[in-house]
Amino acid sequence: MLLIPCPYCGERAEPEFRYGGEAHFRRPDNHLEATDETWADYLFMRKNPKGWHRERWMHIAGCKRWFYVVRHTVTHRIAASYKVGDTWPDLPA
Amino acid sequence: MRRYNFVQLLRNAIGFGEGWQEAWRSPEPKPSYDVVIVGGGGHGLATAYYLAKLHGIRNVAVLEKGWLGGGNTGRNTTVVRSNYLWDESAAIYEHSLKLWEGLSQELNYNVMFSQRNLVMLAHTEHEQNEASRRVHANRLNGIDAEIWSREQTLAFIPILNPSMDIRYPVMGASAQPRAGIARHDAVAWGFARGADALGVDIIQNCEVIGVRREGSRIVGLDTTRGKIDAKKVAFVAAGHSSVLAELAGFRLPIESHPLQAMVSEPIKPVLDTVVMSGTVHAYVSQSDKGELVMGAGIDAFNSYAQRGSLPILEEIASAMIELFPIVSRLKILRSWGGIVDICPDASPIIGKTPVDELFINCGWGTGGFKATPGSGWVLADTIANDRPHKLAEPFSMERFASGRLIDEHGAAAVAH
Repeated sequence: MLLIPCPYCGERAEPEFRYGGEAHFRRPDNHLEATDETWADYLFMRKNPKGWHRERWMHIAGCKRWFYVVRHTVTHRIAASYKVGDTWPDLPA
Repeated sequence: MRRYNFVQLLRNAIGFGEGWQEAWRSPEPKPSYDVVIVGGGGHGLATAYYLAKLHGIRNVAVLEKGWLGGGNTGRNTTVVRSNYLWDESAAIYEHSLKLWEGLSQELNYNVMFSQRNLVMLAHTEHEQNEASRRVHANRLNGIDAEIWSREQTLAFIPILNPSMDIRYPVMGASAQPRAGIARHDAVAWGFARGADALGVDIIQNCEVIGVRREGSRIVGLDTTRGKIDAKKVAFVAAGHSSVLAELAGFRLPIESHPLQAMVSEPIKPVLDTVVMSGTVHAYVSQSDKGELVMGAGIDAFNSYAQRGSLPILEEIASAMIELFPIVSRLKILRSWGGIVDICPDASPIIGKTPVDELFINCGWGTGGFKATPGSGWVLADTIANDRPHKLAEPFSMERFASGRLIDEHGAAAVAH
């Protein structure tokens, strides 16, 4: 089970959280001109890396706020968590 | 290949079993092949088998980074059914189910396919309505499907909790009599043995670490066992499809998640069918050894770790106890996880990729085992003829741009 460091409440157990998938992808700016491929890329395509992953979590049973986590998808080790608007911490080597 | 039959069995019994041959060779990889299939699970091996058997393409290699069937083929709960809602899914899963029905004879290998009925419980009025919609859709597609009353359901599954005094009492069910379970390892081994006999090289402990392209075309692969040239390549790597796609230079609409399952200690026969519940969320059958084989949903987070979190197992256990109170004192013997490739519409991707001569078959998510022979069949045809097989056409990658998704989330009942 993951022990997730909520940047507002501290470390809590995984069942307190809701997962939000890959972080930091952007809705097409020029949405009226964006092609179907651009929309498909935004809506469906994902990095799905085997390694470090920036992802969104929400502390549903706590502060109910969204934040970001840097987690490894093989070891499940969590390197960092940060608030929306914070500078992104570097990915560990 | 020496065929398995009664005379062989007798002869080898007399010879203390020392005359048995290896089921397949373990050759060194050749420098080049007509077709290289990446992924030695059921789907990849079935693809190689049908390429050799039906299309006469025998200069084929199957590359497996671990051991045969050590991925999701050996980690699922072995349910085989075809009662999917949408026409496109019904067509491909039913094609697969028909192949299952003759598979042991076809492969001369007992895959222990046991058509023992599959009962999807309905716990609410809404679920009953959805079930009857799906049953009617199935029947229009020529798939056997039945609507059962509460009484019929309870009579068929004596250990089911009959109480009306629980949060989700059993209100009825839909059933598919031709559905059932199979022996998962045997499917991989049977296809491997069949493909090997037709000349396919099965190469284990061989991981792809690079993709070589000339312009828009794939020309070969770098592997942990050296360079291999290929005229055509197919990625059939389930949970690792995104990793391969990145090596080849394109993106997939896939996220990899752990899907866990577990078995109880063996007990006497109590359940002679497959039971699924979308609302209480568990699916279960009893293996020939007597273990209850149980599963439910995926872990929410992305992972390549082949293990998940404990709360998921707790959810399966509590759902099981709600459905079948007699299991409450059973011990869990073991649990495990596989890495499933989840597509946004819970339907697979089969066909061509943005790279020429590179084909892909992935995105089967939590329900790929049942499709093993059908999936291999349509991919082999797609590779051999360089165009999508009729059954694979709707499952192209273009559907994510065109918007023509085949949304089986919920439609096919959540659990697979």
